[in-house]
Amino acid sequence: MQRFINDPNLVVEDTVKGFVKAHSDILRLGQNPRVIVAKDAPVAGKVGVITGGGSGHEPGFMGYTGKNMLDAVAVGELFSSPTAKSFHDAIREANGGTGVICLYGNYAGDNMNVKMAVRLAAKEGIEVATVVANDDVCSAPPHEREKRRGVAGEIFMWKIGSARATQGGSLEEVRAVAQKAIDNCRSIGVGLGPCTLPAVGHPNFQIEPDTMEVGIGHHGEPGVRVEPLKSAEAIARDMCQIVLDDHNLPAGTEVAVLVSGLGATPLNELYILNDTIETEISARGLIIHRTYIGNYFTSLEMVGATLTVFALDAETKALLDVEANCTMKL
Amino acid sequence: MTDNAARVIGRMFSDISIAIDAHKDHLTALDGAIGDADHGITMSLGFNAVTNELAGMDLDHVAASAVLASAAAAFLNAVGASTGPLYASAFLQAAKVLEKSETLSLENHVEMIVAMTAGIQERGKGQRGDKTMLDAWIPATEAAIKAQNDGADVRVLWNEVIHAAEAGANATRSMVAARGRAARLGERSLGHVDPGAASAVIILRAMKNRLDFS
Repeated sequence: MQRFINDPNLVVEDTVKGFVKAHSDILRLGQNPRVIVAKDAPVAGKVGVITGGGSGHEPGFMGYTGKNMLDAVAVGELFSSPTAKSFHDAIREANGGTGVICLYGNYAGDNMNVKMAVRLAAKEGIEVATVVANDDVCSAPPHEREKRRGVAGEIFMWKIGSARATQGGSLEEVRAVAQKAIDNCRSIGVGLGPCTLPAVGHPNFQIEPDTMEVGIGHHGEPGVRVEPLKSAEAIARDMCQIVLDDHNLPAGTEVAVLVSGLGATPLNELYILNDTIETEISARGLIIHRTYIGNYFTSLEMVGATLTVFALDAETKALLDVEANCTMKL
Repeated sequence: MTDNAARVIGRMFSDISIAIDAHKDHLTALDGAIGDADHGITMSLGFNAVTNELAGMDLDHVAASAVLASAAAAFLNAVGASTGPLYASAFLQAAKVLEKSETLSLENHVEMIVAMTAGIQERGKGQRGDKTMLDAWIPATEAAIKAQNDGADVRVLWNEVIHAAEAGANATRSMVAARGRAARLGERSLGHVDPGAASAVIILRAMKNRLDFS
């Protein structure tokens, strides 16, 4: 496959360099070159909000740094948790003196590195709270929700937590509302084509022609079932059914809907999916407050899409509407 | 002239790094089957960072335990993923063993294997049968203790350790992953050797080749 890279081993370095140059109006490179920091961070007296994750999900993680959004983001290798040191340095960069919250995804590596970083920060007197995202419905059954992966729902968790911090929320208040946000998110991914780590050079799994992987992970983890490829309408209906059955929301609930491409799916196909998604969600009596469509959280050049449905209440709806300035429209 | 303990540990890490680099593509392929195909790259990155760090140390004038502690820090600062914290904990625990007596006695070989496994287990909260690196480390540890109790010499002991680690790694083929990224695959992880268990065997084999001559 033909790609725009210089050196397969320097993909993350080169990405970060170009990223910081492009967005110097809203963010900067931290002292640790694997940490991205919002231009105004740390804000004295405000709870610092950070995340971190592997690269390859752009704009995932680093693209959500900014005003009224994340104060700092730890950057990992492609598809690999950032180091404990990078998480620790992100905590330091975000520390405005009233504690820092780390809002991250449920992956073994991230769990361990965050835990070590929290301990290092505590030794310096920085209080750190954490919320772990687990919105990916297909990654574990409902009774094992704590095992589920965090995927695109993390964006809503960041938005809600960051907005609450901006409004002067205490560390506990920010933690509680970020937890509420992710508890009310459900996501599903469908993969039509695999992705390739440049340093590996070939896809790490195959999706046979005319098939699709339902429940695919954000790192090319194979899905939980393989099915013949169907029409966009049928796929969108399946995605809605899986997400909404798990969600079990009463009619009249307001929701935010996020349809994200996984990297190589054109935007028009996301709109084709959304045509059915809107119909299906509305047919269940749910009220769509806002819809987000685009490459919000990708997996290199994977072909596919994710659907996230975020059930709102008065508090999270108001926080969702707080204006933010990051690289993506939120 | 015999190398001092610090130098042996230094060479051991360079052996591990060479062995991991030689198996990088294989580890990555194993990970590609059930994970995200980064294991070979991550391990190579980590051990290269360790050897770079150790190259800057004067191994004639530091304690062997300090070499292990430096290796732990270098590995942790270079590697995120789950392998970073897991092996950093392993080397740190091994360093604590040598802090008590800076010799590479057979007793300390066994204690280091025991401590490394305990470090990994404590950090990752894993169990035997979860289809992780512990499925190589735990049998290796049991074999080391048993061989020691049986009065085995250094060669026999390490042969038993490697044999048990290899058998443990091979057994992961018939396990359903319970931890790590492959855990989300459920039964679809069956039939594939766990890449973390495979790299554990490579590490133990490199340790054996260096330590059973020391």
